[in-house]
Amino acid sequence: MTQQIVTTCGRRDPDERGYYGAFGGRYVPETLAAPIEELAAAYLAARDDGMFRQTLDDLLHHYAGRPTPVYEARRLSGAAGGARIFLKREDLTHTGAHKINNALGQALLARRMGKRRIVAETGAGQHGVATATACALLGLSCDVYMGAEDMERQALNVFRMELLGATVRRVDGGSRTLKDAINEAMRDWVATVRDTHYLLGSVLGPHPYPLMVREFQSIIGREARQQIIAQAGRLPDAIVACVGGGSNAIGIFDAFLEDRDVRLIGVEAGGEAIVSGRHAARFAGGSPGVLQGTRTYVLQDAAGNIEATHSISAGLDYAAVGPEHAWLRDTGRAEYTWISDRDALEAFQQLSKLEGILPALESAHAVAYATRVARELGRDKIMLVNLSGRGDKDVQSVAKVLSGGNEGPGTRE
Amino acid sequence: MSRLASTFDALRRQHRTGLVTYVTAGDPSLRVSADILRTLDRAGADVLEVGVPFSDPLADGPVIQRASERALAAGTTLAGVLDLIDRTRPEIAAPIVVFSYANPILRMGLPAFIERASRAGVDGVLVLDLPIEEAGALQQQLGRADIDMIFLLSPTSTTARIRRAATLGRGFLYAISRLGVTGARDAVARDARDLVARIRAESGLPVALGFGVSRPEHVTEIGQWADAAVVGSALVDVIAQHREAADLAGRVEQYVRWMKGVVPA
Repeated sequence: MTQQIVTTCGRRDPDERGYYGAFGGRYVPETLAAPIEELAAAYLAARDDGMFRQTLDDLLHHYAGRPTPVYEARRLSGAAGGARIFLKREDLTHTGAHKINNALGQALLARRMGKRRIVAETGAGQHGVATATACALLGLSCDVYMGAEDMERQALNVFRMELLGATVRRVDGGSRTLKDAINEAMRDWVATVRDTHYLLGSVLGPHPYPLMVREFQSIIGREARQQIIAQAGRLPDAIVACVGGGSNAIGIFDAFLEDRDVRLIGVEAGGEAIVSGRHAARFAGGSPGVLQGTRTYVLQDAAGNIEATHSISAGLDYAAVGPEHAWLRDTGRAEYTWISDRDALEAFQQLSKLEGILPALESAHAVAYATRVARELGRDKIMLVNLSGRGDKDVQSVAKVLSGGNEGPGTRE
Repeated sequence: MSRLASTFDALRRQHRTGLVTYVTAGDPSLRVSADILRTLDRAGADVLEVGVPFSDPLADGPVIQRASERALAAGTTLAGVLDLIDRTRPEIAAPIVVFSYANPILRMGLPAFIERASRAGVDGVLVLDLPIEEAGALQQQLGRADIDMIFLLSPTSTTARIRRAATLGRGFLYAISRLGVTGARDAVARDARDLVARIRAESGLPVALGFGVSRPEHVTEIGQWADAAVVGSALVDVIAQHREAADLAGRVEQYVRWMKGVVPA
């Protein structure tokens, strides 16, 4: 259980049981155990297949709009009063977030495996939209599970998914957010696994998902590393990304892991306060446990039940973090912190006004922390922020909060 | 011989089909659960599965999800469930199997869990989301405490997985009749018979078949090829329907006797 990560052919694979140090594994009901072994074998074959990679690369380029730019946010940097802040513009991809990178990859893999139907979960709706899009493109049937609370705060994305031909299935159980949507998607998959692929949207769940999703997202960091060297003449001093499950963060961190001088900073949702039920900062308030197929840091009570979470951002509102992040944190290679609802909301407005870019509320957490670090680092330093998605989906809920609606944001105390 | 082994041994000698019953402990309360366990035993259940409620029961259908929510709302924890077994064990003849998700057990810690389970007189442990590849440490430590580790097998399980479960498992093997979550169905799935035949080809361990069992004719049908039938959601539903009623125990007893073909509904 504590074996080291294997580096083969320049790849960082977990051990053969899917562990990153003490984290990861395959904690699934027996019905899913053999299908997950098949999925792992199919993925490992696909990633070595030049045709598969070429098909995916073509789609990412011609369909999804990659590479996405790296943009120096001069006015934001000026306002922060320190390091130069560069933004990796994942918000400019087709469908408006990094989620499309993984959705296209897994949808192609599903087709290659002969699966005709896709199930997925979604929190903010960005992964659901990306999945519905990939399914429309490849002619796959698509059902997306979404918590009732998230359907309300991301109503625009619900309609987008339906326009794309997906069926959005409302989840009323538990906290009615992302965790409950994953439970329902897994219940569906347990019954339909013979002809259905579960297109999990983050670096969560049983092996091979954390590996597969990271590798589909690692294009973010591969592009960004070349771009920042070309534009700034050197590697950044720090990289900042928000962490829900952690797919955009691992996607940008991956290419820089061996660059030991580059600080890697993940930003979790601090919510209203770091008090049980009012945040989603797993490294601040959690401990190792097993949730939804993987061993990682989890927000749980003394009896091992999963605690309620809160974040203004639906995409970060989840009780567990990707197992590789748990490993990166425990080895000290990456550091993790949190940003409150209130500070994220302020960064949302700041980036909109200073740069003409509406960030997703998720990404606004990274922007908020980046401006803080920029001041600490000082003027001769360079920072790279993963702007993982755009904020159009959040406009309604932000308007509600700013006009004094009931979703009052908290502050960092 | 373990209590589970001797129970299944007796069923085979008597050419009887066993009835394994599942209830979620703490639904509606641990105090009432104690009555329910005693009633199940008295009504003739051959093995008692005692479910530990968990906040995220992703292998369960709506009936057991709701039961878990009620049990958690009533303050039920794994420690409370083990205390319940500890208190009722002396009055109960049937073997008792703890049926749980992994996280409550891991949170308590394996040594503490096994020590308390052993002291309470638990006969077997079944963990829904701990497949063979993750179960090594628990299986070894349970073995040293003479508690049987029970593995689930599914229509999707490969022959290699069935062999490993047959080697590592003790007490009995739990065959899942169909793909999907727990929940009552009108008929026994066609997959079920094939799965039991595939298990029989690899193992001499008794086989109990569950998921979707709700009527006595299901038990009769399953008895043609398996050692026992497991009834879960249908029984939990009886408890849900009558949980406020004064004669809850009577309803439970009547249902179990009906399932065993002793009395009409």
